[in-house]
Amino acid sequence: MHAIATENLTKDYALGFWRKRPYRALDSLTLHVEPGEIFGFLGPNGAGKTTTLKLLLQLVFPTSGRAEILGRPVGDAGVRRRIGYLPENPYFYDHLTAVELLDYFGRLFHLSSADRAARVPRLLDQVGLGAERRLPLRRFSKGMLQRVGLAQAIVNEPEVVFLDEPMSGLDPIGRRMVRELMLGLREGGTTVFFSSHILADAEAVCSRVAILAGGRLVASGRLADLLAFGVKGWEVVVDHVDDGVVDRVRPLADRMTRIAERRYALELSPEVRPERVLADLAAIGASVVSLNPLRDTLEDYFMRRVSEDGHQRQVEA
Amino acid sequence: MVLWAVALSVFRESIRDRVFYNLLLFAVLLVGAAVLIGQMTAGQDLKIIKDLGLAATSFFGLFIAVFVGVGLVWKEVERRSVYSLLAKPVGRPELVLGKYVGLALTLLVNVLVMAVVLYLLLAFMQFSSPESVRAGWEAPAADPALLKAFLLIYVQLLLVTAIALFFSTFAGPMVSMALTFGFYVIGHFNADLKHFDAVVTSTPLAWLLRALYYLLPNLAPFDITAKVVHGQLVPAGYLLMTIGYAAIYIAVLLTAASFIFSRRDLK
Repeated sequence: MHAIATENLTKDYALGFWRKRPYRALDSLTLHVEPGEIFGFLGPNGAGKTTTLKLLLQLVFPTSGRAEILGRPVGDAGVRRRIGYLPENPYFYDHLTAVELLDYFGRLFHLSSADRAARVPRLLDQVGLGAERRLPLRRFSKGMLQRVGLAQAIVNEPEVVFLDEPMSGLDPIGRRMVRELMLGLREGGTTVFFSSHILADAEAVCSRVAILAGGRLVASGRLADLLAFGVKGWEVVVDHVDDGVVDRVRPLADRMTRIAERRYALELSPEVRPERVLADLAAIGASVVSLNPLRDTLEDYFMRRVSEDGHQRQVEA
Repeated sequence: MVLWAVALSVFRESIRDRVFYNLLLFAVLLVGAAVLIGQMTAGQDLKIIKDLGLAATSFFGLFIAVFVGVGLVWKEVERRSVYSLLAKPVGRPELVLGKYVGLALTLLVNVLVMAVVLYLLLAFMQFSSPESVRAGWEAPAADPALLKAFLLIYVQLLLVTAIALFFSTFAGPMVSMALTFGFYVIGHFNADLKHFDAVVTSTPLAWLLRALYYLLPNLAPFDITAKVVHGQLVPAGYLLMTIGYAAIYIAVLLTAASFIFSRRDLK
């Protein structure tokens, strides 16, 4: 059984007031997410990520195709008890405090008052809102609302959790909190399905990703398979390279760039063994500041696929 | 119970949004009017106070029903709080009904407190008026029959709330408000539509007006203030019929509201 499965899921919206024109927000999405994985759903703004999430949560209804969560159709009432959802830029009730909001949502899951009393403060501590728990939500900043949103998404200890742009509006500390939260959920066996256009965040936690552009799936699979994770070369930063020895260093690298006084960045081709270069550099008297492999990042891949897809569409047109 | 949880949250929002401040205004208005009128009229002041109390209950209630009612569902959708709510085990009909019950509860508290304030004032008038004045009254001051008028005012407010909620499942607040107030006004002159065939010669128009008569709510029967104030009997059968009519009308509206909202794409 898949945690999440969609088959040819398609959504058209009607645009215009009198003369309705269909606009295809999502085009035949077929996707499978396995239980217990963190699945990254990536794509630029307007790619159809939020539409997909809304279809999975039945906030909008598909034009065609179908979707299942935990082996049951998305409309199934029993499924809702077992999932959690953080909407994009979440907004809650101004007049409630964080504690009251989570208590209210806990009630909707039929949690006992003892369960709610134990769980709510723990969740708020977990998302870093322990001190603000009694503050009305109207006083909350965007980042704080995002944190409350995360807490409410897991108030029922869901088996599958959907997070729409969970890192948005958060500072670096907040982003790390979200990453740790997602990893913690996976440890506990929860499937995490999250959308993002921030690729570094996805790279840090995802086991598998799908990339969406213009409403269409352009790629999906394990990160390691999608990206050329093989090393494309090496970058060595060296210091204490006196003018007299520059000419001895230059032949060791494909490219040599001066960063500062006596400090250089060297780019080595993938065929070169970096250990030998390091030994040569030591012999010359230069000191190595850093050695980094050059890899294809998700960003590179993403840009390439999105532009390829755009190009293909132009050809088709 | 999910429906009840939703309803309580609406009630709590009413309290936090200071909806019940209108009670204070009501009390001040009523007591102030009693003092003023007591000085100007002799013997008539009791009727005027009863009239005023019932009219103010209806009027304040109407404003709450319409202004809060049109926002019940619309605000959830507009502010997008509905997304996280509907991802929980909350059916859309449950959301619509829960919102309705919540506002019904708010209105109930509002009407009850107003009734208590009016009765307190009337009891004071009964206590402070000399025997000679009391002899001229058509009905006793703290007349239990007033409760019938309060009951029908409340039921009418329930109907108006259902109308407001119905519109708010697909229209914006300004449109919903205009339509709900429109329905309210037409509802009080509805009986005229029935007899328009005597006035208009065109048969299709007469048919249309007759259809509107059956379609639009008939709110005139809910207003029994004049009867109660003048000490006339309002039979229990009449009350039951009127409440039954409201119950059917409300049930149809809420079913339609749930139906429409359940099929809406929440973009």
